[in-house]
Amino acid sequence: MDLRPRSHPTYLAFVVHRVSGLLLALFLPLHFWVLGTAITGEARLEGFLRWADNPLVKAAETVLVVLLAAHLAGGLRVLALEFLGWRSRQKDLVAASAGIALLAGLAFLLNVV
Amino acid sequence: MAEPASLKVSVWRGGADGALARFEVPARENQTVLDVVTHIQRELDPSLAYRFACRVGMCGSCAMTVNGRARWTCRTHVRKVVGPDGALELRPLANLPVIRDLAADLTPFFEKWRRARGRFEPREAPDGAVPEDFAVVPPASRARREADAGIECIGCGVCYASCDVVAWNPDYLGPAALNRAWTLVNDVRDGARAERLDAVAGDAGCHSCHSTQSCTERCPKGLDPSSAIAGLKRTLFWDTLFGRR
Repeated sequence: MDLRPRSHPTYLAFVVHRVSGLLLALFLPLHFWVLGTAITGEARLEGFLRWADNPLVKAAETVLVVLLAAHLAGGLRVLALEFLGWRSRQKDLVAASAGIALLAGLAFLLNVV
Repeated sequence: MAEPASLKVSVWRGGADGALARFEVPARENQTVLDVVTHIQRELDPSLAYRFACRVGMCGSCAMTVNGRARWTCRTHVRKVVGPDGALELRPLANLPVIRDLAADLTPFFEKWRRARGRFEPREAPDGAVPEDFAVVPPASRARREADAGIECIGCGVCYASCDVVAWNPDYLGPAALNRAWTLVNDVRDGARAERLDAVAGDAGCHSCHSTQSCTERCPKGLDPSSAIAGLKRTLFWDTLFGRR
């Protein structure tokens, strides 16, 4: 794919929104499986949560939080574009969405470490 | 930046299965990409096919792909797009059939304007009669401002060639046709609002837009087709919700 015609901020925002959505959809089954263990066996859930304490999983969780925040902020950006009819400052909206996503990730990390 | 003495120009030759041919063109001050193409055709290879008319950014016929991006070539200065080694790559507009060399066939592009009902249909005189009086349209009214924002389209096809959704769905009406439809939806003198909204509401219409905003980013006239499409989506949403259509 030729990236030259696609190298602008709003295209990047589109890609981030789509890819984060796809990755979150892939994560959902795991999420439901963990919730399921809460019903089926307390010990199993406890074991999983202890495993989830290792730094690598925490790093993955941070990425997940950033993805979730990016998808939310990106979605709000599209809603603003479509429902409010804002014509100007589209790139500022993209930057604000990215900022919100990274802030959420940072806040999560601060809470973890 | 020191400008190279000559430009190394790769130009698409042939139809869809053609190839790039190399030309060496002298670099000049204030040279536009269209000047380069004209030099090749007049001095180096008279068989080169390309299209232009006004040379001043009004007619919209000289758009091509320049170093990977769709641009109007008559108002694109070489120094703004040329690589450091004087490299320039020229191809016909993307997302359209290639007639030959740099000339793309714009038939599908204008056919979609027709499908989006891009023709003004006077409300006062549906049979073509001349209305008795001028319509009063306050320039500051919201509808007129929306229409004015998109009315300067020159039909160059740059937005259409830059749109990924057109590449993914060949039936998609594309940014220019939808922008045109939005200007007419906001024209209080027009009488075909309902039919036009129907025409742009289908699978190939405004709802297919993914808001990548490449159209807005690349429009040489600085128009914002992406917001026009958003306007159509919004109008259809509220009209459907409140049973107005």
